[in-house]
Amino acid sequence: MNEIEKTLLEQVANLHEVPSGAYNIRANGTSAGRNTTANIDIITKKDKQGIDIIIKPNTKNESVHIPVIISQSGLEEAVYNDFYVGENSDVVIVAGCGIHNAGDKLSKHDGIHTFHIGKNAKVKYVEKHYGSGDGNGQRIMNPETIVEIEDGGYLEMETVQIKGIDSTKRCTRACLSDNAKIVITEKIMTHGSQFAETSFNVDMNGKNSSANVISRSVAKDNSKQIFLSKINGNNSCSGHSECDAIIMDNAVISAIPEIKANHLDAALIHEAAIGKIAGEQLIKLMTLGLTEQEAEEQIINGFLK
Amino acid sequence: MLELRDLTFSVQENNKEKVIINHLNYKIENNKFTVITGPNGSGKSTLAKLIAGIEKATSGQILYDGQDITNMSITERAKLGIGYAFQQPVRFKGIKVIDLVRLAAGEKLSVSGVCEYLSEVGLCARDYINRDVDASLSGGELKRIEIASVLARKTPISVFDEPEAGIDLWSFQNLIKVFENMKLKQESSIVIISHQERILNIADEILLLVNGEIKSYGSKDKMLSEVLQDVEGCCFYSRNNN
Repeated sequence: MNEIEKTLLEQVANLHEVPSGAYNIRANGTSAGRNTTANIDIITKKDKQGIDIIIKPNTKNESVHIPVIISQSGLEEAVYNDFYVGENSDVVIVAGCGIHNAGDKLSKHDGIHTFHIGKNAKVKYVEKHYGSGDGNGQRIMNPETIVEIEDGGYLEMETVQIKGIDSTKRCTRACLSDNAKIVITEKIMTHGSQFAETSFNVDMNGKNSSANVISRSVAKDNSKQIFLSKINGNNSCSGHSECDAIIMDNAVISAIPEIKANHLDAALIHEAAIGKIAGEQLIKLMTLGLTEQEAEEQIINGFLK
Repeated sequence: MLELRDLTFSVQENNKEKVIINHLNYKIENNKFTVITGPNGSGKSTLAKLIAGIEKATSGQILYDGQDITNMSITERAKLGIGYAFQQPVRFKGIKVIDLVRLAAGEKLSVSGVCEYLSEVGLCARDYINRDVDASLSGGELKRIEIASVLARKTPISVFDEPEAGIDLWSFQNLIKVFENMKLKQESSIVIISHQERILNIADEILLLVNGEIKSYGSKDKMLSEVLQDVEGCCFYSRNNN
């Protein structure tokens, strides 16, 4: 693995070396390393690109890393990864994709991740997207996440896209059974003429299920962002979505939250706010000796932390 | 020493010029505790903002140790040594108390270093350092953190705009000790805009501002009776408010 690829790996998975536990590293369309454990198996799909990750019931405190890196300009791929998380498991899954495009051709990774989360299983899923390279070729990622959570299951999903992705369309769909819970935290920063669209669709079908979708984003320069979230309360449940965005320069942001109650005991809330950095925040930090630019950086870093 | 020379600030209101600070001349001596008081709308907060550089003077000069800082930015003045505490502390999403105090100190203070400043303003530090400086904090807590952020700067001159504003009397009783301690140390110049008799009581100098002009100024002993007499019958200045 060369230096560029190592940097990508560090950015998307915080990996400096081969991770402990189960992992599958995909580099430029091929497998660059894999490890399985007694409880976690990784199997290559036969009918299409991708892998099945099978986590045995009662697997506790284990992790799976499945980073994808692309450093070859012009590579386009669609990869299907299916996670089967056994009952009562408690695991951390770290995905993420880094594209370095120094060429003129478009590089694109479409990752379709499907999660089958068993009864009372607990999953933390972290996904980071990062792009680098100064070629004219675009870096495009369109992640799709499909989640099914059985009774009492829990998914905490954390997605981060801070830099370098020219175009992204993220689509997340979730179905929750009784007492299932999902918490999604999204952080996005776009700059230049980038475009990012994220859409969440959560069906709370089970009794006492709950969903919390929190998005924080910053749009700079001429970039465009669209945030769509639809939370359907189909049973006695509670749902909350929150979109908080900072707009800068000539950027454009749309936030379109939708909540739908199909049951009398569905309690749903949505909040959406878009605005520029408050002048008084800049002034406060400037009275502490920061320049306006330093103050702006601190405010954005804090906001997306 | 901070010197205000013929300082004037005016705004346009309904196409008419409205003078907020009117040809003001005053010298704030080193290591003195100066309280600026006066009725609402007399220009006190504007004067504080002019010193910090948040507002720009229409005419006149501000000199800091003989150096003309009238055209300096907020950042330049802050770096030179002017501290400023907001009347309404600013809230931030994602900036923690520990981050704010560290930014103020201009160095990566240790956790115990940050705690020291918070303890100084009467906050039990460990409960606060990792909290966001946002709406989850009460008005009194935000005020103390605001003051701690100014203390951490260790500037030769600090301006506090109405530290009592927006906090209850009980919290203020505790907060006043912070200023009494500052006064005891006499390490830097403190300028406080205040209506509170207990703050006036610890002043070296009191400046009474009315309609953007200095009505009178002088030592506490000279000024206290005048200020209190001036507002006889006004509940905000009740002699028995302690």
